[in-house]
Order: sequence, then C-alpha cells, then structure tokens
Amino acid sequence: MNEEKNENINDKDIQVVLGTLLRAGVIISMSIVLIGGVIFLIHNKGVITDYKVFKPELSKFSSIGEIFKGLSSFHGDAIVQFGILMLIFTPIARIIFAIFSFLIEKDYLYVLIGFIILAIITISLNGGLAH
Amino acid sequence: MSVLLFTIIVLLGAFLAGLLGSLTGLGGGVIIIPLLTLALGVDIHYAIGASIVSVIATSSGSAAAYVKEGITNIRIGMFLEIATTIGAICGAVVAVYLNANYIAIIFGCILIFSAIMTLKKKIDHTTLDKTDKWAKFFKLNSSYPDKGVDHPYAVKNVPAGFAMMLFAGTLSGLLGIGSGALKVIAMDNIMRLPFKVSTTTSNFMMGVTAAASAIVYLHRGQIDPGIAMPVCIGVLTGASIGSKVLLRTKTDKLKIVFAVVVTFLALQMIYKGISGL
Repeated sequence: MNEEKNENINDKDIQVVLGTLLRAGVIISMSIVLIGGVIFLIHNKGVITDYKVFKPELSKFSSIGEIFKGLSSFHGDAIVQFGILMLIFTPIARIIFAIFSFLIEKDYLYVLIGFIILAIITISLNGGLAH
Repeated sequence: MSVLLFTIIVLLGAFLAGLLGSLTGLGGGVIIIPLLTLALGVDIHYAIGASIVSVIATSSGSAAAYVKEGITNIRIGMFLEIATTIGAICGAVVAVYLNANYIAIIFGCILIFSAIMTLKKKIDHTTLDKTDKWAKFFKLNSSYPDKGVDHPYAVKNVPAGFAMMLFAGTLSGLLGIGSGALKVIAMDNIMRLPFKVSTTTSNFMMGVTAAASAIVYLHRGQIDPGIAMPVCIGVLTGASIGSKVLLRTKTDKLKIVFAVVVTFLALQMIYKGISGL
C-alpha cells in the first residue's frame, strides 16, 4: 500500500512537469510563428495569393535544412516555418521526457514503448516517405 | 486576393473554427478545412497541412491543463500512440497517391459521422472487472480524481481498441484532423474507459499523432507558412477562449445547430468531390 502511494506522488510530479513542458512549447513556438507572420506580412502584404492548385515544387521551406538556411537570411516565412517546426517537436519532446520519467520509475516496459514511438517518428523524419 | 486580405479572412475564420470546435467538441481542424476549400478555393492539400499544425497547437495546449489535473492516463496514451503514429504516417503517405476529390469525399463522410457522434447521448460503459490480461500486462488499469475522490476503473478489449486507434491514426494522417470522434469510440465503447479519462487521454495523444504526419506533410511542401500561420494562430486563440466559455455555458442547443451546419458543409464537400471526379 505504502509503495503505491509513493508511486502516485512521483506520477503527480511528472504530470506537473509534463504539463509545463507542453504549455511552454506551445507558447514559445506560437510566439515565433506570430513574429515571423508579422515580418512576412510587412514584406508581402500586396502580393497576390494563389493556393488554388497544390504546387509542391514551389514550396521554399519544406525541409529542416531549408528552414535553417532561410532563418539566417531573416525571411518572415522561414521564421513562421521554424515556429511550426518547434511546435511539431513539442509533443516529441514530451515523449523524450516521458522516457526519462519512466526510467526513474524503473518502468522499463514503458521506456521501451517510448523508444518505439520515437523510432516510428524518426521514420517519418526520413524525407523519402513524402515523395 | 492580396496576402494581407487573405491572412485576415483566414485568421477570422480560424478563430471561429477554434471557438466552435472547442465548444462543440468537434475540434478546429474539421471546420477550418471546409472553410478554406469551399469558401476560399484553397487546394485541400494546403488546407490539410495547415489544419494538422493547428491540431498540434490546440491539443498540446489543452493537454497541458488536463495532465496537471491528473485525469489523463499517460500509460494508455503512450501505449495507444504506437498505433496512432503508425496509422498517421501511413495515412499521410497514402494521401499523396489520392486524388484531391477522393480526399474531399472521405473528409465529408468523416465530418458527417463526427457531427452525429457529438449529438449522440454518451452511455457509460465503465467497469471494475480487471480480468483483461493485456490491460494487466501494460498496467493500464488506474483511477482518476474527481472532487477529491479517487475513481478506479478497469480497461477491457485492449487489442480491439488498439486496432481502432490504428484506423483513427490513419484518418488523422490522411485528412489532417485530430479524429477525436473515432478515438473516443475506441476508448469509451471498446476499452470501457470513463469519459473524463478518454477525452483527456485522446487529447494527450493527438499532439504526437499529428506531429508524426505533420513531418511527412512538411517534407512534401503541404505546410505553407502563408496559410499555416493564420490558421494555427486563429484556431489556438479561438480554442483557448472556447475552453474558458465552456465551463460556464450549456452547449446542447449549439451542438444541434452546429451539427446541421457541419453536415451541410460535408455534403457540399462530397458533392464537389464527386463532380470533380
């Protein structure tokens, strides 16, 4: 009984850190998107949009490398994409955190499950899947 | 249309989608996609890319609050994320080979199904029967706090729930939505979880599921900053305000009105898809 109680307290701490991590990730990445969006609008406000047909060959920032290259030249749209990239990595960071917390709890089954999810996501990082 | 005007219209639309999505429980993604495609003529591939980004933002934002309350079952969430992430990647990959018209038709059908699900009266299937050997092995049985009292619950039919999650993940990846309606079926009806646990855990899983397919979409150029930026800012703002209003209002009537509107949008998407074949 006592042991169960300890586990619960531990679980509670983990949940608080997990919640904070998720919230911070969303706030930071959305602030970056907002800043990038303002810069993008200042430079492009008069440009005519055309999203009628999907043209993947026109997309400038469709890989992590391209996004970082665009960042160094301070492109508004690259900053937006960087914010989106951070947003995508927020739940992934959550998995990494969960792996550590299960390691502390010595729940190796869930450490393994965490690694399986990371492995699946890593497969999606392989750009080849997109084409 | 100029970029500035387009951004303002999408921002307002996304705000409304996020607000109504959180009030009715449908989610912002299923509303913003018909709005972009039907009203603004945006190609569905771009709409899906933008929507999946907003799903990550809203689900991570609200999951943060739920996780702190201790209602979310993190073990169930992570265990089922194996299924949803595999499904999400498969769905996102399949989406390349599908004509935009077929995607619109499938989307319309899922939209109608989700609208019906929000109206259906929920039946409590919870059980204390801890005999499921998978639930025991994966330590899924747990309890959740409500007004200071701990409510224990047991999990059933784990393999069937896992299979349903695989399907929910595939649709999420294919259509760029959270597919909350399907996740709740898997967890409420099949695995017999209490509502509070299933809704919060489904929300918890959505972020990782959407992240898996978002990466595929990003590489394919489906996430365009010009659309994704107003969509995710608008939906997130709307959803945050919606979740605050939700605590103080009854949404039964709103749900009915909204289900009718959504069904109308869905029929239009199906019609447009069929006539474009």
